Amino acid sequence: MYKLTYKQYFDALKEGKLLGLKCNDCGSYTAPPKLCCDKCGSTSTEVVSLSGKGVIKTFTVIRVSPEGYEAPYIVAMAELEEGPWLMGNLINVDPDKAKMDNIIGKKVTVSAKILPKMNYTPDEGVTPAFVIAE
Amino acid sequence: MRKVCVAGVGMTKFGVSEKSCIELFAEAALEAVNASNIKVTDIQSVHFGNVFGDFEEGQAVMGSFAAREIGCPPSTPALRYEGACATASVAIRDAFIAVASGLYDVVLAGGTERCMAMGTPLATRTFAMCTEGKYESYTGITFPGVFAMMTHLYAKKYNIPLAKLKERMAMVAVKNHYHGTMNPLAQFQKEITAASVLKGFMVCDPLQLLDCCPFTDGAAAIVIASEEKAKKMVEKPVYILGAGQGSGAPLFRQKDITVHEARIAASKKAYEMAGVGPKDIDVAEVHDCFTIAEIALMENLGFYDFGTASEAVERGESKIGGKLPLNPSGGLKAKGHPIGATGAAQAYEIVKQLRGECGARQVEGAKIGMTDTLGGDATTVVDIIYGI
Repeated sequence: MYKLTYKQYFDALKEGKLLGLKCNDCGSYTAPPKLCCDKCGSTSTEVVSLSGKGVIKTFTVIRVSPEGYEAPYIVAMAELEEGPWLMGNLINVDPDKAKMDNIIGKKVTVSAKILPKMNYTPDEGVTPAFVIAE
Repeated sequence: MRKVCVAGVGMTKFGVSEKSCIELFAEAALEAVNASNIKVTDIQSVHFGNVFGDFEEGQAVMGSFAAREIGCPPSTPALRYEGACATASVAIRDAFIAVASGLYDVVLAGGTERCMAMGTPLATRTFAMCTEGKYESYTGITFPGVFAMMTHLYAKKYNIPLAKLKERMAMVAVKNHYHGTMNPLAQFQKEITAASVLKGFMVCDPLQLLDCCPFTDGAAAIVIASEEKAKKMVEKPVYILGAGQGSGAPLFRQKDITVHEARIAASKKAYEMAGVGPKDIDVAEVHDCFTIAEIALMENLGFYDFGTASEAVERGESKIGGKLPLNPSGGLKAKGHPIGATGAAQAYEIVKQLRGECGARQVEGAKIGMTDTLGGDATTVVDIIYGI
């Protein structure tokens, strides 16, 4: 039933490939994947490679972290060329120098960051790592 | 659907407690039962809210234990609800439905939490579990982090200089702490200044310590009954006029996180059911988990146009005595935020406000009140409208 499970999405991302779903009915893109098209709900979708290019829309610097994470680090949301947004870590900016002016609107490419299995996670995790391209 | 009312309400002092989750709940529940002039055995169903008892005390299935703790018989069903920070409001809405349907005449709804028992690192981790687990949590995002990203997006979208927005956010904190000075059950009962908000340590840019609500222990409970029963139980039953609940997608699918799809849907349903609109609300207890959250909800609930609420804060319109007083109890900011209990504590305040029992923090002449409770990243949102 699933065209692309989270495990398959993670495995591809680890190899530097950002996958998503393209809807055969409305043409819009869904990423990360889910059961159906995020826009129209159709289950007629196909797995496609996305460009891995986007623009930072917002961010924060986490200075009080949850167990298992070491602050400070930047969490950001980026809008991909194909439309979906991703949440990830911005990795090539010093957290102490991150300001609205030098982050929001910047073009980024998407790579992967792998996290080991922790308490209360089912397995290792993979999250998008954003790199400012300019 | 028949008419449904709140009879008695109960609430513990919010703050740090050595009592267990169930002991806290039992005290609030007994107060609500006594205020309803009924016996515990009159309760036909227990709608019990708790989020992290498993982590706080290593205790699951608390609902049934709580029902038996307060003296309910084996025939009383108990349900544990979990909707992150909206938990108790989810329980209240379901209790309302159970009575409105005619299934039960008298039920108990509420919630309890003991956040302080976890300590900050584990509490931060468990709260972060309310974010989408596969595609967001691995970034190390935290709850304050989500609202920090909301703040940057809000400043950018409406072209408000961040320093100006932060000044107005500080005014939300100052206002709610001021309201909290008049609430003997509040965790914090001291005034703060805007300067102290802007001097606090950075939790996650641009949110500083006093932009954030605290971790809190506490419980609250209300007795919900059919109109017919409630009129016999108390002098001033408070009607539940409308209730709505919505489900939000993960943040990356919500995209513009200054607009809360689930909140808009939930409040629309509540307004429609009650036959009122945002302009009819006299007083509201709303989900000010962070200072920016109160500004954003003022817009998402339809009280103000998008992009204009921070100016309304500057004009003092959300203070007691203002155009639409928000969080006369002190809100999550000052009253405290025991997440599983918060929705019931909001209901406690609104019921007391509509009955004119709030003393110094009374909103004069309030006839229609609202509670707004947000769980997760606007993932579960419940809005309830009360009237007298």
